[in-house]
Amino acid sequence: MADPLLSVEDVSRGFGGLMAVNGASLSASTRRITALIGPNGAGKTTLFSIISGFLKPSAGRVLYDGINVTGEPPYRLARRGIARTFQIVQPFAGLSVRDNILVGAHLRHPRRPAAQISAEAVGHEVGLGHLLHRPASTLTVAGRKRLELARALATEPRLLLLDEVLAGLNPSEINDIVPVIRGLSGRGIAIVMIEHVMHAVMSLAEQVFVLAEGRVIAQGSPAQVAGDQHVIEAYLGHGAAAKLGGANAL
Amino acid sequence: MPSEMLLEVRDVFAGYSDGDVLRGVNLDVRAGEIVSVLGSNGAGKSTLNRAISGVVRTRAGSIHFDGAPIEREPPASIVTQGLIHVPEGRRLFPNLSVDENLDLGSYRRAGARRSENRERVFAIFPRLRERRVQRAGTLSGGEQQMLAIGRGLMAEPRLLILDEPSLGLSPILVEELFALISRIHAEGVTVLLVEQNVVQGLAIANRAYILAEGQCVMSGPAAEIASDPKLKRAYLGL
Repeated sequence: MADPLLSVEDVSRGFGGLMAVNGASLSASTRRITALIGPNGAGKTTLFSIISGFLKPSAGRVLYDGINVTGEPPYRLARRGIARTFQIVQPFAGLSVRDNILVGAHLRHPRRPAAQISAEAVGHEVGLGHLLHRPASTLTVAGRKRLELARALATEPRLLLLDEVLAGLNPSEINDIVPVIRGLSGRGIAIVMIEHVMHAVMSLAEQVFVLAEGRVIAQGSPAQVAGDQHVIEAYLGHGAAAKLGGANAL
Repeated sequence: MPSEMLLEVRDVFAGYSDGDVLRGVNLDVRAGEIVSVLGSNGAGKSTLNRAISGVVRTRAGSIHFDGAPIEREPPASIVTQGLIHVPEGRRLFPNLSVDENLDLGSYRRAGARRSENRERVFAIFPRLRERRVQRAGTLSGGEQQMLAIGRGLMAEPRLLILDEPSLGLSPILVEELFALISRIHAEGVTVLLVEQNVVQGLAIANRAYILAEGQCVMSGPAAEIASDPKLKRAYLGL
């Protein structure tokens, strides 16, 4: 396999006395979907914030495309091709869907006409094509999640960090958006997704990292981690593990 | 089967400046029930919750809680009567501590039993005890969800409205959450539940309503709804 696009090496970060991330390492590659799962408060979002430059790690390094980018600010990392979404989506409510996406598109397309073409293409790709003219405030939760994805995608990332983009969607809405994410991976974007919707993780991800108390406690294929006793105890619970058919679920 | 009517929603129309979201909703909750409300995003579930708790004013129709009309009451006095709404999206005070957020839950009701109720919340969510002096805004997403539910419990609800309580929780916590809802229910709290986790939301409920485009399009015993082929297609993606 080719070198990973992203390598996080022994990264740590504390808040006050609490180590939110404590010596965590993970990697992600082009055309692959990598899932980051773990209990609430395990440090998953903090790790995303470190990778995307919103937080500086107190120790460890972040390598992107072989370059040490540790501690670079988010705008520079965005230019390098790293984009993230946020759990709580906050579109510019007064702007149209198109203009919200346009904000991201301007990173690569300073001129408005080109940015507009790019923004519309992204809007169609995530399934918002028929809603481009609507104010973002009128979107449902499912629509806002797609818009959050579109805004990140409009920066034309090579590495896309998705923070719970499926949360708040019902099962059939999840089924609608799963192929969109798979399509992004198929056209060459490295994706890391934080997700609690396990059946989506099982169907989308090729490799899974499990974070607990700031450390990686397991990694491997979805089936491997779903059958891991530590993961079942710390994260899945026996009910969910049984449903997923984890090897040692009982 | 308990029969005393705790909540009656009759022909309610409500919405926002750009039009009605609810277009003639009818819904009953009897004392002692768990009732689930299902529906796609945009169907009006959260607006219904807001109309019941008085955050959104109804344009027409009536809402009775324990026999008395509440559709013109301010939200604070609805809270005082024991109708507690844990809103979607947590809505915590990010700059206040965990303890302070919990205390605010008992501001209008059950203030005298604040410390024992806080202990009860910590027994349910031990994680919150560990973080009691931490600012709510620095908690992880799942911990914020726990705090929002805990704050609701501080008021000793008679009717607890939970709007997507499992949002952002890990599978093991979702399992615990539903066990917890059963426990709260067993202690005598009536529950109105909105959940995207349709399977669990139906498994726990006595009855269920399905909302579409601002109206109830189906209602019945949860077990019957769960096996309805139309529902499976529309909401479970099966």
